[in-house]
Amino acid sequence: MKVTRRQFVTGGVAAFTVTYAVPGFLSDLARAQGAHARNLVVLYMSGGNDSLSMLAPYNDPFYTSRRPTLAIPAGQVLQIGTDSSRVALGLHPRLTGLKQIFDQGRLAFIQRTGYENQSRSHFTGTDIWSTADPNNSQGLGWVGRYLDSLPSPVDPLVGWNTTGSLPHVLQAHTAVPAIASPAGYAFSSPNSGAEAAAERSTAVRIASHVPVDRPELAFVYGSTQAALATLDRVATVASYRPSPAYPTTGFAQALQAVAGAMTKSIGTRVFYVTTAGFDTHAAQNVNTVGGAYYNLMATLNDGLLAFYNDLRGQGLLDDTLVLSFSEFGRRITENGSQGTDHGSASVMMAMGGKVNGGLYGTAPDLNPDPKNPTLENSAGDVKYETDFRSVYAQVLDSWLGTDSARLLGGNFRKSGLGFI
Amino acid sequence: MAATADRHIEHLLRRAGFGARPDELALYGAMSINQAVNALVTFESVPDAVDGLIGQPGYIGMTIAGAFAPQANINHARQRWLFRMVHSDRPLQEKMTLFWHNHFATGYTKIAGAVGAAEAARYLAAKSTEDPGQVRGQIELLRERALGSFNDILLGIAKDTAMLIWLDGRTNTKAKPQENFGREIMELFTVGVGHYTEADVYAAARVFSGWNLQRAGGAATDPASRQEFNYFANQHDTAAKTFSFAIYPDGGKTIPARAASDGMQDGVDFINGLAAHPNTARYIAAKLYRFFVTDFGAVNVTFVNRVAAVFLQSRGDMRAVMREVLLSPELWDESAYFARYSWPLEFVVRAIKDVGWPGFSVSDTLTPLSNMGQILFEPPDVSGWDAGQTWFSTSAMLARMNFASTLAANQKFNLATAVKSAGASKTPEALLSYFVEALPTAPLDASVTAELSNYLRATGGWSGADAQLQAKAPGVVHLIAGSPEYQLV
Repeated sequence: MKVTRRQFVTGGVAAFTVTYAVPGFLSDLARAQGAHARNLVVLYMSGGNDSLSMLAPYNDPFYTSRRPTLAIPAGQVLQIGTDSSRVALGLHPRLTGLKQIFDQGRLAFIQRTGYENQSRSHFTGTDIWSTADPNNSQGLGWVGRYLDSLPSPVDPLVGWNTTGSLPHVLQAHTAVPAIASPAGYAFSSPNSGAEAAAERSTAVRIASHVPVDRPELAFVYGSTQAALATLDRVATVASYRPSPAYPTTGFAQALQAVAGAMTKSIGTRVFYVTTAGFDTHAAQNVNTVGGAYYNLMATLNDGLLAFYNDLRGQGLLDDTLVLSFSEFGRRITENGSQGTDHGSASVMMAMGGKVNGGLYGTAPDLNPDPKNPTLENSAGDVKYETDFRSVYAQVLDSWLGTDSARLLGGNFRKSGLGFI
Repeated sequence: MAATADRHIEHLLRRAGFGARPDELALYGAMSINQAVNALVTFESVPDAVDGLIGQPGYIGMTIAGAFAPQANINHARQRWLFRMVHSDRPLQEKMTLFWHNHFATGYTKIAGAVGAAEAARYLAAKSTEDPGQVRGQIELLRERALGSFNDILLGIAKDTAMLIWLDGRTNTKAKPQENFGREIMELFTVGVGHYTEADVYAAARVFSGWNLQRAGGAATDPASRQEFNYFANQHDTAAKTFSFAIYPDGGKTIPARAASDGMQDGVDFINGLAAHPNTARYIAAKLYRFFVTDFGAVNVTFVNRVAAVFLQSRGDMRAVMREVLLSPELWDESAYFARYSWPLEFVVRAIKDVGWPGFSVSDTLTPLSNMGQILFEPPDVSGWDAGQTWFSTSAMLARMNFASTLAANQKFNLATAVKSAGASKTPEALLSYFVEALPTAPLDASVTAELSNYLRATGGWSGADAQLQAKAPGVVHLIAGSPEYQLV
């Protein structure tokens, strides 16, 4: 067994049973010398985010007329200026933390992101955003392909998914652990002492006999192996006690685990977090304290702000990029249930210490004229301006330092997208 | 603990049920495959007595604080369904109900947010015989029609209270049509994505305008009071609706304009059109293939063609369809054995049937199932659970291993006694073969068997004494039930 990084640095507190050459892996010593890791946190806003309620073109007269109950009054939005098309934009009033981050220049909004003939299905849509492939959305995830491109052997902990099952974004040949709660990530036994230790070592040895001639079974072996190989390192994260404490929402707790993993330097580079409930077909209640969308914004804001402040305090902000996506935006005109149905293009967010904050792209003009070029579907939905793969390309090239054209199957680089 | 092994019957019961209890093995093991399939698909001839066994000695337990109220408490409803999966003598009925629950995936939390916890449990899980207002919850609808006609199931779902809340049909009116149900009935319940247009979504929303809820059974405080489906003629869009596909047998694509009083027929016509659509037959056939035959590799086109044809010829008679599925050569091909990734529920219930249940409680499966990614009445979204490899994240696999540990620890005295009375405690090899037979798995490579043998020999010499059996029997059961091979069914 090699002497591991942690043993070398801290004198062997945690003994790894397996060691991996982690690409780009950054030791505490290197960090102390001022070098930086590059962590990516993919944030999925599940259900189809109504971005017009998150980033509101509050002076557009059609915003108010097409959304009589949902439009945020101009006096309520948190104004953040105008974009290059001179549309005044404001954040949802509950996003006071994101406003601070925006004002510090560490938050970017990329407007009207989507793709041609955008799917309005949650499932096809999520698959497309996850694979970055509108034509074949059943393949591996775009981040999964990145992980697979790293030099092998790839450490299973290079990725960390904070949800219970593997999201499509991270689907890869590399097994990415799902660790919803570091504290519950442990191996139990009906016995104790030496008997329990014998069971565990038997499980580890069995998992090493991967039946390569049976690929479907081998997949389960891969998960088992990755689980057993990561237990000890994950256990170190469970002891992370940030101050001040994060909110108690699942979203914020997941971000706390992410910050813990970064702080403990366990080697993870890519994280996946999600906040759900954006499928607001009815009673969306954008403007009511405690209303459905208001609460969604509260969860988003409070979780991200706690994470941002924690990372800044730990000196990890410059190592971190958060990138958000949602499967689609919503229809411009509100429906009869004071909600919004499935729409098209939406807004992506990028947050981090190296982010060049600001407003990218242009807001839609909400005039319901069918010829309005910023809209589609008879001016029912927002038409995309920036292909979402151009945003991914920017992240792959400029943050993860890889070749986006290879991983995305084409050159999607676009000028003017220097948010990172 | 299973005693005898008929690998074909075991295979059938892993697919058409949740594994086999010893009495199920004995019952079906005495039949030919044809007889067994016939018995499974004609389950109405077996009394529906399983709920009466709850709380009786000899059956798996429940942990219930206060009165058992599955019609008002979702946790109790979950335990009741798990109890049925373990002890029902109609295994295919429970398996098919799970298939439909996944197909018409409806989530408790949203409904509870809209109408409160007790009402949500009621609309999802109440039996009409136990409810003061004779409410029949969604799962009882699906259970009752598990092998009924697909049209009936679809029509029942379109009028189901839980569904009308879940997909917002209750707010669908002519002035402001609500697209949610109209979209999903095409995308997820019938023809599938790619076989409808955005214009069809708008039209489908208008078809179901006025299919809302009303309060019945007196004031809200009356226990019989309930929200139930009603067709509100004055909220129905009476104009004609034209689709991109045939609605009528003559190929007609337009539902004609109708008087508001007759407008409910729009929805009936539309449902009949969707149920008769060739892509519905193919979509259902492909899902049945994934659920009952295999989820390895591509869907078998021959199977889909054949089962879709039965679906269409029988007008969606699910009994005829399932007879075809369970007798299909694809299911009985040697390559189909252990060629499915078990769902968490399949794994948990099968493990209970294989390892034993006296002294165990179904409530002890709920948190593990959640960690494995499957909570009854709480699918992740309306498309149901992402099955197959998605079940096998590292934490889900750990949860499976840890459930195997919990169950084995709970049963350790029973396991030690069983292996001893079977005369299999003399040597580690005898004990290992006993448990390898009791917990059927995909073939174990010799290297794996050798590791299990080594485990039995580790930590001291073999005495076969009770203390050793009470450690090694649960230890090896934990390792087998937690093995990758056991996760395949």
